[in-house]
Amino acid sequence: MTETLLKAENVTRTLPGDVPVTLVRDADVEIKAGEFVVVTGPSGSGKSSLLYLLGLLDHPTSGEIQVSGVKTAELTPDELAAVRLEKIGFVFQFHFLLPEFSALENVMMPMRRLGKKSEQEMKERAAQLLTDLGLKDHIHKIPRKMSGGQCQRVAIARALANDPMLVLADEPTGNLDTAASAAVHGIFRELASTQKRAVIAVTHDMDFAGMADRKIHIVDGKIVKD
Amino acid sequence: MRLTVFIALRHLLARKRQSVVSLLGIVIGVAFFLAISSLMQGSQKDFIERLVDNSPHITISDEYRGVKKQPVEDMYPGALVELRNVKPLTETRGIRGYRQIVEELKRQPGVRASPVLSGQAILSFAGKDVNIVLNGMVPEDIRDITTIEDHMEQGSVDDIIADRNGIAVGKALMDKMSLGMGDNITLASSTGQVRVFKIVAQFQTGRSDYDETQAFVDIKRVQALTDRSNRANTIIIKLDKPERARGFAERLEGRIGYKAVSWQEASEDITSTLVIRNIIMYSVVSAVLIVAAFGIYNIISTVVMEKHRDIAILKSMGFRAGDIKEIFLIQGALLGFAGLVAGLPLGCGLMFALMQVRFKPPGLTEEISMPLDWSAPQFFIAGAFAFFAALFASYLPARKAAQVLPVEILRGGM
Repeated sequence: MTETLLKAENVTRTLPGDVPVTLVRDADVEIKAGEFVVVTGPSGSGKSSLLYLLGLLDHPTSGEIQVSGVKTAELTPDELAAVRLEKIGFVFQFHFLLPEFSALENVMMPMRRLGKKSEQEMKERAAQLLTDLGLKDHIHKIPRKMSGGQCQRVAIARALANDPMLVLADEPTGNLDTAASAAVHGIFRELASTQKRAVIAVTHDMDFAGMADRKIHIVDGKIVKD
Repeated sequence: MRLTVFIALRHLLARKRQSVVSLLGIVIGVAFFLAISSLMQGSQKDFIERLVDNSPHITISDEYRGVKKQPVEDMYPGALVELRNVKPLTETRGIRGYRQIVEELKRQPGVRASPVLSGQAILSFAGKDVNIVLNGMVPEDIRDITTIEDHMEQGSVDDIIADRNGIAVGKALMDKMSLGMGDNITLASSTGQVRVFKIVAQFQTGRSDYDETQAFVDIKRVQALTDRSNRANTIIIKLDKPERARGFAERLEGRIGYKAVSWQEASEDITSTLVIRNIIMYSVVSAVLIVAAFGIYNIISTVVMEKHRDIAILKSMGFRAGDIKEIFLIQGALLGFAGLVAGLPLGCGLMFALMQVRFKPPGLTEEISMPLDWSAPQFFIAGAFAFFAALFASYLPARKAAQVLPVEILRGGM
C-alpha cells in the first residue's frame, strides 16, 4: 500500500477584509508517494493558493492539513519551518535564486540550514544534483550569468537538496521555452517514478499537464475535477 | 562559518558602496567620540590631579563650622538652656594647641601635617609698596607638604632652612618690583611690626596671580611680624591616599572642633560643574554616533526592502523568523564591529594630533599641551557605544524582515 504523504481535508482559505475573498474552498486532497500531480485551472482560480497551503506557507482558515500524518494546525511557526526544511521542496515560476550566491551555494543553502551534513558532503551532494540536471559546467556561476532554463534547473536542484518527500512547483515552466519545459517535465517525471517522491505542479501548460499521473482542476477556489 | 553570518556578509559585500558609506559614518563617529571624550576626561583628570597635588588634602582653619557650644549646654544635654547676650571671647586668632594637633597627626601613618600662619604684609622696595600674602611655614616641612619646591627657579627650600630670615617669592613679583636674588626687602604687617628679609629663592608656578602675591618664610618670623606668638591659623595636611580626605576630615573635625575642610569639599562646586560638562560632552559626541547609526538603519532598511523576495524564498526553504532577524542583526553588528576596528586607530591618530597642539591659556605663563586620557575605559566606551548603536539601528529593520510573510511576496510574484 502506497504511503499518504499529504492530506488536506475541507481546507478553506479566506482573506479577511471589508469584502472577504475566498481563495480556496473546501478542498480535499490526498497525495501519495510516487504521484506526479498537476493542478490546473483558469487564472485566479486559486491554484497557487492551494499550493501554498499544501506547502505550509499559508494557514487555512478552516480545515486541516496533515504531512506524513502530523496535523500541521498544531505546529508553531518554527516547527512548520522545520517541516518545510526537511520534507518539502519548492520550485517557483521565476527561479527566485539568491542573486549573491553561486549555483552551488544556492543548492547548498537548505542543507546548510538543516546542518546534518559536513561542508564537504554538502558540496558533493549539491555538485551531484547540479551535474544530474546538466549543469556541471555552471556550478560556480552566479544566477545572472545563467539562462532562465539553467536557473530553473538550479532551483529544482535546490528544492531537492534536503531530499524532500514532496516537491511543490508553481508554474515551473511558465518562463521556459519548449525544450527547457520538456527537460523540467522529464526531471519531475523521474522524481515521481524512480525516486518515489510526490510532485505537485501548478501549471497552465496543457502539454505539461497531459504528461502527469493525475490532474486536479480548480475553478473559483473549488476542486471541480480530480 | 555560521550560515547567518555567511549570508549577512554576502549581503554587505554585494552592496560595497552603501556598506562603505555607512561604515564611514561609524568610523568617523568612533574616532570623534574617542578623541573628544579622551580630551574631556584628560582635562578633568589633569585638573583634579593639579587640584590634589597643589592644594592641601585637608585644611584645618581657626574657625568653627557652627556656633560654638557653651559648656553649660554640654553639661546638661537635652535640657532647656537659655543664655542671653553671649559674645565670643576676644582673643588672639589662631588654632590653640596647634603643635599638639600636628604632632598627633604626624604620628598617624600616611599623614603629613604642618602648621601655617598666613597674613597680609606690605612689601616695600625702592620706594614701591605692594600688598602680599605671607605664608609662614616650618621650613623643614615645606618640601613635604607643598609642591613649591618643584617650581623653584633659583634657590631652594634649603636656603630658607639655612637662613631663617630668607624669603621665597614669585618671579612675577620680582619682575614687578625689579628685585634680584639676594636683595633685602622690608615687610610691614598690620600691627606695625617691620622686618627685613633676604630673597633666597624664586619660584614660578605659571599662575600669574599666585606668583605675584605669595611668599614663603619661616613661621616664627611671621609670628613675630604679626605679633601672634605660638599661633598658626591653618594646619595643612597631605595624605598618601587623597581619596580618604573627606572621611578623615570629618573625623578630625569631630575630635578637635576646628573646621577641617577636605579637598573634595572645597572643590564641590567645581566637581559638580565637571559632571555637568561631562553630560554635555557625552551628549554631543553621542549625537555623532547616533547620526551614524541612522545611516546603518537606512542601509539595512533598504536591504530589507530590496530583499523581501529573498527573505520569502529563505522562509519557504525552511528558515525561521529568528534566522532572518539574525541575518540582519549580524549585518548591523558587522558594520558596528568594522566601524570600531577602523575607528579606534583613527581616534588614536586624532588624539595624537591633539597632543601636538600647544597653547598658552589665560593666567598661565607657560605653554601647555592638551591633556588626553589614554586609559582603556575611553576606548571601551567608544567601541561599545558604536557597536551597540549599530546593533540597535539594525534591530528595527531586522524585526521587520522577520515579520515578512512569504506567501504575500510569492503571490505578488516580486
